[in-house]
Amino acid sequence: MEATLLEMKNISKDFFGNTVLEDVNLTLKKGEVLGLVGENGAGKSTLMKILFGMKSIEETGGYGGTIEFDGKPVAFHSSEEALASGIGMVHQEFSLLPEFTATENIVLNRESTRYSVVSELFGSRLNTLDRQSMQKKAIEAINKLAVKLDSEMLVGDMPVGHKQFTEISRELSRDGMKLLILDEPTAVLTEHEALALLSSIKRLAASGISVIFITHRLAEILEVCDQILVMRDGCIVKQLDSGNASVSGIAKAMVGREVDTSSKKAKEVDVETAPVEMEIKNLWVDMAGETVKDVSLQVHKGEILGIGGLAGQGKLGIPNGIMGLYPAGGTVTFRGKEIKLNNPSDCLASGLAFVSEDRAGVGLLLDESLEWNISFSAMQVNNKFLKSYLGGLVKWRDEDAIREVTQRYVDALQIKCTSTRQKARSLSGGNQQKVCLAKALALEPSLLFVSEPTRGIDIGAKSLVLQALRRYNEQQGTTIVMISSELEELRSVCDRIAIITDGKVIGIRPAHCPSEEFGLLMVGHQGEGK
Amino acid sequence: MNKMQRFIKEFGWPRLIIAAFLLSLFVIAPFAGVNIGTSLTDTIMRFSMNGVMVLAMVPMIHSGCGLNFGLPLGIIAGLLGGTLAMQFGFTGKLSFLMAIVLCTPFALLFGWAYGKLLNRVKGGEMMIATYVGFASVSFMCMMWLLLPYSNPQMVWGYGGSGLRTTISTEGYYYHVLSDFLNIKIGHLSIPTGSLLFFALLAFLMWAFLHTKKGTAMTAVGSNPIYARASGIKIDSIRTLSVIMSTWLGAVGILVYEQAFGFIQLYNGPFYMALPAVSAILIGGASVNKASITNVIVGTFLFQGIVTMTPSVMNSIIHTDMSEVIRIIVSNGMILYALTRKTEETR
Repeated sequence: MEATLLEMKNISKDFFGNTVLEDVNLTLKKGEVLGLVGENGAGKSTLMKILFGMKSIEETGGYGGTIEFDGKPVAFHSSEEALASGIGMVHQEFSLLPEFTATENIVLNRESTRYSVVSELFGSRLNTLDRQSMQKKAIEAINKLAVKLDSEMLVGDMPVGHKQFTEISRELSRDGMKLLILDEPTAVLTEHEALALLSSIKRLAASGISVIFITHRLAEILEVCDQILVMRDGCIVKQLDSGNASVSGIAKAMVGREVDTSSKKAKEVDVETAPVEMEIKNLWVDMAGETVKDVSLQVHKGEILGIGGLAGQGKLGIPNGIMGLYPAGGTVTFRGKEIKLNNPSDCLASGLAFVSEDRAGVGLLLDESLEWNISFSAMQVNNKFLKSYLGGLVKWRDEDAIREVTQRYVDALQIKCTSTRQKARSLSGGNQQKVCLAKALALEPSLLFVSEPTRGIDIGAKSLVLQALRRYNEQQGTTIVMISSELEELRSVCDRIAIITDGKVIGIRPAHCPSEEFGLLMVGHQGEGK
Repeated sequence: MNKMQRFIKEFGWPRLIIAAFLLSLFVIAPFAGVNIGTSLTDTIMRFSMNGVMVLAMVPMIHSGCGLNFGLPLGIIAGLLGGTLAMQFGFTGKLSFLMAIVLCTPFALLFGWAYGKLLNRVKGGEMMIATYVGFASVSFMCMMWLLLPYSNPQMVWGYGGSGLRTTISTEGYYYHVLSDFLNIKIGHLSIPTGSLLFFALLAFLMWAFLHTKKGTAMTAVGSNPIYARASGIKIDSIRTLSVIMSTWLGAVGILVYEQAFGFIQLYNGPFYMALPAVSAILIGGASVNKASITNVIVGTFLFQGIVTMTPSVMNSIIHTDMSEVIRIIVSNGMILYALTRKTEETR
């Protein structure tokens, strides 16, 4: 229990100049459970990838710092090496063969084999499988977890919880397993299954296997972990012993960047009493990975409403559903008129616009010029930038008007480009994002959805985009609904923030509430009352 | 120099090499005893014959439906129009006009159904299109025999029913375009009418691509999800492009027939799609980007090589191998063009 198993020192990593990990130190003793928490993009997964020797790390230029495992300095170049020295990892996505049984999956490529005549001729690759011994191995591994799992069941027929157990069993069945990394193992489990898993983790720790446990469910962390590390922006911001940690303490450390909100001017009008611009009732959206189950919201005229929440909880589904990009149901009323769902042109014609989080997929015509990218929607929806001939029979593209409007937005949003005819593909991420925004603004919308406006762009572009949003909100009175994973960004721009958890609105708070409160909402605590 | 480099980049090395090869053939021709005037006449004539069918590729490329390997479907609509015009007894210039009028409803109907089909197989359009072309040709092989045509110039002499495999357009629309304003200088003869007709259709296509609908069509091909998010009905734009392509295929074969002098039925349309596809690829188009320049350059280079190589080679080696060389060259060009097929990442 006392001996140090793993020591990671001064770990740093950057992806092409974009720093994602900085000076991370981590010590883990034998038989200890370490909880790792942080917002999406805080660097948890990257840290684990480095430890596990994933190829993607080496391909992007390696990492800095040293790792000592079991008393020896190590630098894994492949996952196989990490596995061989006793590190097992269970990923968020299942890597199982659905047509194979649990046993076959658990001992895959490490099957017990029997020597036969054929193998004399063709070598050990044609040994026959020793099913009984395979079964024994698998059951042994399952017993370590102490869960009920039918070793003969096809993985494809299993409920997700059992799949997760199969994955963990597979790691446990390796000889000499010393450290097990679990990346959000409970995300897909029901409460009951999660409890079973947690007790298994405790049992594993008692038997001397160390565990690194990544999760968003803070209560779980408190229950099983001996030590808790909170990561934010690639650094470890807090190190706690489970004895003196609390859910709210962790939540605050997770999101709690103190930001300067003084730059934000108080609104002259009280948005809460302003007339309702859009009313969303019982909205559901079928968007893979971002399912919206039942959202009811009111958007007031002239406000900037933030929608936050952890990834996969459904916040991105809301604008995508309303704008007709994914199948949706429920009622959405805009200025007293019901919007036809699943019909993008109706939404756009009513004065809505959307800046998608998927720049390359939805937001841009990568192989066309900036002129096309910015003017296209407005041309098609509002018949702008067109010259009419023959009594409107021929609607001719007005290249001059297009160039003029493009130049205007290039100047207004400081889009860095060589000319307005440059292809959108050749711009940097931040400038592409500005083009997406310009496209939406060219529609002159009365309500603008902006989804993850700062994802994957550098800090300079970030503040320009956010400033532009505020400027349009203040000067043109455009109502804005902004969806973002970054709480601090929402707090610095929005008037009110709604937090989405499990496809539903769990709470709406004014933006000046302490970030701790939002952190609690994000992890599923309804706040004061509960 | 900089200007030169930019020109090369825009024009593309493959086109420069093919153009240089074609030019060298024209240079060698007189020494091999081939008349330059006749060669040029042939090249220009073949250009004017095939141009419209190559133009038919443009709308579907723009809407993201890929290369129209199902061109035979449009050709069949054209053949129906062409034969019906003769059956109804229209002659001379009027017969060509009536052929276009009569082929239009068929082209619209076929194109609409073909478009609906392609909307259900997004991502696999070109494979399906190939088989639509083949299947329609085979189906029409039966119909040409069964349809109650009765014009004696068209039906089999014995039996008196069923259309012939090859029908002369003599007395109907033979050379109506080619002979219009024809310019003759020695051995050189320029089919001005055909060229003008092609230019007219090419201009209309160019103009269409500059309208609101045409812009939408290009955007659908460039990024269908972007287009949908901008309120475009992708499926109807795609169907429209298929209808346009089919109609151009129909008109294209009529232009071809008036210059060629014969209507080729039954298996005639079978392999018509490949030369058109190759021509536009050689012209520098990709699977989802094509311009009118691509059409003109590609058709000229493709038809130029196919015309010149056999005649020049034949004269050099003094054996009558023109047919063999023609097949090797034209299929080689198709093969080359298809390997040049670039699919821009969506």
